[in-house]
Amino acid sequence: MGRYIIRRLVQAIPVLLGATLLIYAIVFALPGDPVAALAGEKRLDPHIVDVLREQYHLNDPFLVQYWHYLTGLFRGDFGDTFAGVPVTDIMAGKFQVTINLAATALVMEAVIGAGLGLYAALRHGKAQDSMILGATLVLISVPTLVTGFMLQLLLGVKLKQAGIDLFPVAGVAEGLRSYLLPGFVLAGASIAYLTRLTRTSLMETLRADYIRTAVAKGLPRRRVVGRHALRNALIPLITFLGADLGTLMGGAVITEAIFNLPGIGQQLFTSVYLREQPVVVGIVTVLVLVYILANMVVDLLYAVLDPRIRYE
Amino acid sequence: MSDTLAPDVRRGAKHGKRGRRASAPKPDRVASLWTDAWYDLRRRPLFIGSAALIIVLIVMAAFPWLFTSVDPFDAATCQLGEARQGMSGVHWFGTDNLGCDVYARTVYGARNSIVVGVTTTVITALVGGLLGLVAGFKGGALDTVFSRVTEIFFAIPSILGALLILAVFRTGNVWTVMLALAVLTWPMTFRIMRASVLTVKNQDYVTAARALGASAPRLMFRHILPNAIASVIVVSMINLGSFIAAEAGLSFLGVGLRSPDISWGLMIADARERFLEAPGPLLFPAIFLSLTVLAFIMLGDAVRDALDPKLR
Repeated sequence: MGRYIIRRLVQAIPVLLGATLLIYAIVFALPGDPVAALAGEKRLDPHIVDVLREQYHLNDPFLVQYWHYLTGLFRGDFGDTFAGVPVTDIMAGKFQVTINLAATALVMEAVIGAGLGLYAALRHGKAQDSMILGATLVLISVPTLVTGFMLQLLLGVKLKQAGIDLFPVAGVAEGLRSYLLPGFVLAGASIAYLTRLTRTSLMETLRADYIRTAVAKGLPRRRVVGRHALRNALIPLITFLGADLGTLMGGAVITEAIFNLPGIGQQLFTSVYLREQPVVVGIVTVLVLVYILANMVVDLLYAVLDPRIRYE
Repeated sequence: MSDTLAPDVRRGAKHGKRGRRASAPKPDRVASLWTDAWYDLRRRPLFIGSAALIIVLIVMAAFPWLFTSVDPFDAATCQLGEARQGMSGVHWFGTDNLGCDVYARTVYGARNSIVVGVTTTVITALVGGLLGLVAGFKGGALDTVFSRVTEIFFAIPSILGALLILAVFRTGNVWTVMLALAVLTWPMTFRIMRASVLTVKNQDYVTAARALGASAPRLMFRHILPNAIASVIVVSMINLGSFIAAEAGLSFLGVGLRSPDISWGLMIADARERFLEAPGPLLFPAIFLSLTVLAFIMLGDAVRDALDPKLR
């Protein structure tokens, strides 16, 4: 197990290097001068400009700049913005919002998706099953952009006018409640995929020999489904959920825009236009790390959940 | 082999029953994967429905003036004094914030969505498919390099990545949106093509062709490609819907298409300010967008079911 983890970490290095290099190159190619952007409309003293350019290695060639960034990164230093604020300070608050949002979405996804999938699998071939399948198709097809505004109008505004103020529609002032609606919107398509996955996986497991044995032993249906089938059917679900954490965090930008959540999406926007390279690269680097780590944890969980799998 | 023969036999029996063809089917009739799939598809209501919807959308994209006599690019058709009117005989979908006819704009918006969706799909299918074919077939260092490169792209969240690429080109239009989406999503088709080539290339008929002295290109394009392409086509069709959704999302965020181009995402962004008092200008493009994405995803679903008898 230990050797496997080390091997996976080593394999992750080229991915991390490649992704940061790619993002760094894109940000490097952004039009406009960051030092000029710092001053806004005013003209800066040329001397100050020189000092700033020197301080942030802006006069060096691209690869040298990247090298400076990378060595900083390995010391855990995400660098400073051109205004002198540490990037980690900026990112911390923004990532908190996005993580809250993604976590809310993930919980909804797990509960609703697994629940609907379980129900559909047990009613396989009946009307409820087809209805759930149809609903997943709609949920997959309707873009976040549309579900976001629809739910904002229906649940946030119309319901409030009817006297039920359950779901705040903008900002994060209401604590966890603020994330309910955006969380559901963000989870939308994932809920549908998870429902389908649970349904297929459970139906497959229910056909296994050990399930027939369990039924033949005379065990109650609850126990057969809950203990014997569900446990084994859950394995692919865990993989999906784990891999989805990164997708949800990276895909949150449209949801954040609809619901005015001050997360990484909004920060990325601001930073792109201020040409704050370190912030942009930092945000994407953290997302890449989340993706790599989540996938690794999922692979390791596999071995825990399914004793047949052994990593050497 | 029995898999491909079985439906043909069944079909022969069916015809026999109707008395149209009492004798056995002609020996030269080959039931390939595609004729089987087509036979199956023609009988699926899901396929017929989505195909009809897609045909209407394509006609709308090619000849929008068939659907409306108003030219939304003509500024004279917008009357500020008629802003945010409800549905009426003159303005079927009402008017937007600038007094423009929402119906005409929605109809004309189909073109950009379809063009972005179809072109991006074709680019990713060609680039990813071709690279996947070569990498899967040749293996070795080439395969390793490409596989590592795709891992890097998978780790980068695609909407955020597209946002950055589009920020580099200051002017957003259909070409830059397609480029940004294609650059980030070709690894998906690559992976699928590579995986199916790896299974196909070890089949006996490929070994037989190789033994008969077939050249590498002949093996790849004549023997492997036709049998490996099905999964790529299915995934491409489903991706087409998500490209359309992504274009709308990026235009909504302000980095995709820009005014005076007409895009459903752009219309949604323009209407959002007054959305709660006048939902029409936002809802109608949203409905068209959802239906378009739904149609392509349904088509992909139907084709997948038809091509993969095991899933039934």
